[in-house]
Amino acid sequence: MAVVVNRKPLTFWERLYLPAIIGGLKVTLKHAYNTLILRKVVTMEYPEQKWTLPTGYRGAPYLVKDQEGSTKCVSCQLCEFVCPPKAIRITPPGNSGQKADRTNAEKMPAEFEINMLRCIYCGFCQEVCPEEAIFLQKDYSLVALSRSEMIYNKEKLLSLGGEVGGIQKWKHKLEEAKAQENFPVKL
Amino acid sequence: MDWNFIIFSLVKIAVVVGVVQGLVAYSVLAERKISAWIQDRVGPNRTAPPFVKFIPVLGPFLTRLGIFQPLADGLKFMFKEDFTPAGVKKIYFFLAPAVSVIPAMLTVAVIPFGSMIGNQKMVIADLNVGILYTFGIVSMGVYGIVLAGYASNSKYPMFGGIRSSAQMISYEISMGMSVIPVLLIVGNLNLSQIIGWQATNGWLVVYSPISFIIFMVASFAETNRTPFDLPEAETELVGGYHTEYGSMKFALFFLAEYSNMVSSSAMMVTLFFGGWTLPFWGLDHAPTSLGMGLAHIGVFMAKMIFFMVVFIWVRWMFPRFRYDQLMDLGWRRFLPLALVNILITAVWLWIRS
Repeated sequence: MAVVVNRKPLTFWERLYLPAIIGGLKVTLKHAYNTLILRKVVTMEYPEQKWTLPTGYRGAPYLVKDQEGSTKCVSCQLCEFVCPPKAIRITPPGNSGQKADRTNAEKMPAEFEINMLRCIYCGFCQEVCPEEAIFLQKDYSLVALSRSEMIYNKEKLLSLGGEVGGIQKWKHKLEEAKAQENFPVKL
Repeated sequence: MDWNFIIFSLVKIAVVVGVVQGLVAYSVLAERKISAWIQDRVGPNRTAPPFVKFIPVLGPFLTRLGIFQPLADGLKFMFKEDFTPAGVKKIYFFLAPAVSVIPAMLTVAVIPFGSMIGNQKMVIADLNVGILYTFGIVSMGVYGIVLAGYASNSKYPMFGGIRSSAQMISYEISMGMSVIPVLLIVGNLNLSQIIGWQATNGWLVVYSPISFIIFMVASFAETNRTPFDLPEAETELVGGYHTEYGSMKFALFFLAEYSNMVSSSAMMVTLFFGGWTLPFWGLDHAPTSLGMGLAHIGVFMAKMIFFMVVFIWVRWMFPRFRYDQLMDLGWRRFLPLALVNILITAVWLWIRS
């Protein structure tokens, strides 16, 4: 059913358009006063001021090291497999490749590349990683002068990633194995 | 041949054109800054030539004020590719920016921007028909826009051109009518004489406020400023009549718009606010010293800049009029009002005499 809204006809004063003008002047003056005198500016002047990122922010994915400074990645290639835009490329060490730089871990990647131009910051790599070796960190402004510079290699990823400790799975395995040498097992 | 006259005229022309151009450049900056302040923003605050940061306090302050922004803007316009779209009517397309700039610059010629310096009158051409000349020239401004709209061979500019032709012609009439009471009161068409009359009898805005209001609103419409910027309505017509223009040709339209603003502010000051005079500090009579002559120019500039700021302020305050509302306001409100105003002024003068 149609509802008839009764609108009051404008008074002569209102039809003069002057109240609207005065209202507009007031509003704009108030805003100008706020910005100029009270300095209530909404603009964040970016390179000088930066926003605080919330926890759980998904920035660029970087490889991390453990407490002892050794590579956590074991080159299982799950992240490479799960990566929706196929931004990750892992070169496994192969049979004769370099051993992992921590004891008892089988291997580490010979090369680990993330193309930051392809990455969509979905966080699947972090989710799928059994070693907690890759984390999406709070880095959002990645710049380079060329496309090839935007492909981050293992060295760069590790240096940017820093150190995230957590349980040292392989260290414990080693201790377990050592403990098994002398029977009965005492852990 | 009076060489003295020619040389001084040339110097005055050069100075006035330079000052107007500078004002245009900086009113663009003012536009950006004021709009930013009104919208709770900061506005241009980065551009600076490399050496400026070495100036201790002043450098960063000026940079934050955006003082160097117009230089960058100008440079950008200069170096942009001068692109001519295929299918435009070449001659008119090139002619249109010039046709809109020239009248905008010509208007300033008759405006007395100061009293005297030495024995030189501070006006380029002290015409006895100053106001008529101004109206004649101002109404030529529409040709540039219409020509641009026509030459672009595109729908939106065409609409912009059509709108502007209707709008400017409509408001031309109210504008002309609104000034007649002023002429009746003063009894002279010479702008210097009008200022002289105001110096002795008080500002004309007091005598005929309705004239001033109509003149002001009509000059908003004449300069295509919001709330009457229908010819270049960005939201409706992309860019209006200058949609197809780029680089320096576009800059010329910009220049024309802002020079129009300068000249209509100057006209408002001259006609209604006593030109270079101030009723106090003894600034209302012919100067006795060089300093006072300069002070008169300063007073004129200050008043003019005030009106420029009003122009800019209003732009960021009002929504655009609808086309029929615009026409309604022009023809059915302002024209009768102006006519009644003439009648009342005439009767009042008749009774007084």
